[in-house]
Amino acid sequence: MELLTSSLKAIVNAVQSKKVSATEVTKAFLAQSEKWNGKINAYITLNEKAMAAAEEVDQKIARGENPGPLAGVPLAIKDMLCTKGLRTTAGSRILENFIPPYSATVVERLEAAGSITLGKANQDEFAMGSSNETSYFGTTRNPWNLEYVPGGSSGGSAAAVAAGMASAAIGTDTGGSIRQPASFCGLVGVKPTYGRVSRYGIVAFASSLDQAGPITRTVEDAALVLETIAGRDPLDSTSANVPVPRWSSNINKNLKGKKAGLPKEYFSDALSPEMRKVVERAIEVVRGAGVEIVEVSLPLTDMAVPIYYLVATSEASSNLARYDGVRYGYRADFTKRPAEDLAEFYSRTRGEGFGTEVKRRVILGTYALSSGYYDAYYKKACQVRRLLRQQFIDVFKQCDFLIGPVTTEPAFKLGARINDPLKMYLNDIYTTSANLVGIPGISVPGGLSAEGLPLGVQILTAHFNEQMMFDVAAVIEEAMAIKERPHVLQ
Amino acid sequence: MISEKEVARVAHLARLSLSEEESKTLAAQLSTVLNHFEQVAKIDTTGVEPLVTPTDMEFIWREDKVETWPGAAEAAVENAPEAVGHLFKVPPVVG
Repeated sequence: MELLTSSLKAIVNAVQSKKVSATEVTKAFLAQSEKWNGKINAYITLNEKAMAAAEEVDQKIARGENPGPLAGVPLAIKDMLCTKGLRTTAGSRILENFIPPYSATVVERLEAAGSITLGKANQDEFAMGSSNETSYFGTTRNPWNLEYVPGGSSGGSAAAVAAGMASAAIGTDTGGSIRQPASFCGLVGVKPTYGRVSRYGIVAFASSLDQAGPITRTVEDAALVLETIAGRDPLDSTSANVPVPRWSSNINKNLKGKKAGLPKEYFSDALSPEMRKVVERAIEVVRGAGVEIVEVSLPLTDMAVPIYYLVATSEASSNLARYDGVRYGYRADFTKRPAEDLAEFYSRTRGEGFGTEVKRRVILGTYALSSGYYDAYYKKACQVRRLLRQQFIDVFKQCDFLIGPVTTEPAFKLGARINDPLKMYLNDIYTTSANLVGIPGISVPGGLSAEGLPLGVQILTAHFNEQMMFDVAAVIEEAMAIKERPHVLQ
Repeated sequence: MISEKEVARVAHLARLSLSEEESKTLAAQLSTVLNHFEQVAKIDTTGVEPLVTPTDMEFIWREDKVETWPGAAEAAVENAPEAVGHLFKVPPVVG
């Protein structure tokens, strides 16, 4: 069995039916990780206890116990999620040596289901970035072409799966940070409905936007992982008390009678010709499956990026106030030059502990919340956010799902945008709306560009209608899945 | 336009020390970003309630009950930059 390129589901089946042991599976993915991590830098930390966890799964199987629905599957966990006893950095110097005393609910549920935490995936610092270039632990490279970014902020998670260094991964998505890297690395990525997945134990960036979700090789795998981690958690007051369907076993590729909406604003000149072509092909695929195509309009689309950056940075400036050098994390060295007052103690610690992009966003957010600017920026953004959500609610009265691009272009070269924040931010035009309005979205591979870089298609559905999203994605996957492999897997 | 002085004021509010170079770059970049954001101001939002969380669900609060966590104090100080016993050690803050 070719483990490194198998679907997660195939590995679970093989482990459960004793065709391969969890130990053998983990060994194979660890070997590939050790071979490639020096070049790709997908992991910040490998889990030294991974093999022991795999042995436990094998012992359970030997005793005839149920090893769980994700038995023996090695996962890359984004370094935003706390893992008990395993360093969790959020890609930042300020948490360089932080060892959490507890695990995120998502991690607990995954491990209870029999999966193996193989390592902590690299990411943009505090998930602030779209290219994985803001990590304190160095840039991650795209396994399809090492001169290109893997996307971000869950770039390490996506690169790990694309390179066969994990069977699947968990990322977090605040403005596209799962869907965009999945798209850049030729994988499936899901941002669930806000409230589907507990945020307990996940480093907070923007609490009204953050959701964790899977990055996988197949649509079915994504559904399987999501149904494992979703559901009400008493430790997160915003986690929804809504039943979690078994999406993976209910995927229905019969789309006859459904309506697909094409938001006309998503097909402007900003969209590159290659991306347009792949989305048009996806539209033909669903049309062929009996779907009626209707044009719809989301006139506030151009406002999504500005209101996203005002809301996200405002929430971040508040959330990141906890990093003060007192209880945990980095503290500046005051032995030679003591702080004159408490403000200086905090300022020097934070000034040295945070990287440039985090500082930029904390300043922007603090500015938007500061006296005299609050109404003009933060409050105004929240009002427009409500109008944007209403437009989505209205559009889902006209169609069952939306189909469009994930990004305007495929992955860009390392260093191409890092000095132009506005250009980097505008990259998020198609992904930020889902976070602002709380709906689920999936990125599904649609082919390769002329340069051999993956291209993705995005499906958006109404709140809590993940099933529709998985059904459509499965139809597109069947017709358009990428057959080629990145050279690191050849 | 955001001036360097304005950046310095906000940096103090955020308790964030910046180098001169950083303040200069940030002032220029934030001006560009905020200029782009000016388009939001043109949208009519008369009478629109700000949306601060994206779904309509009600927050569900836990019962306000103390739960014990054996070893919590040890675990809490384990990551401290400086600790004495179960206490966080900080420089004198009251002169």
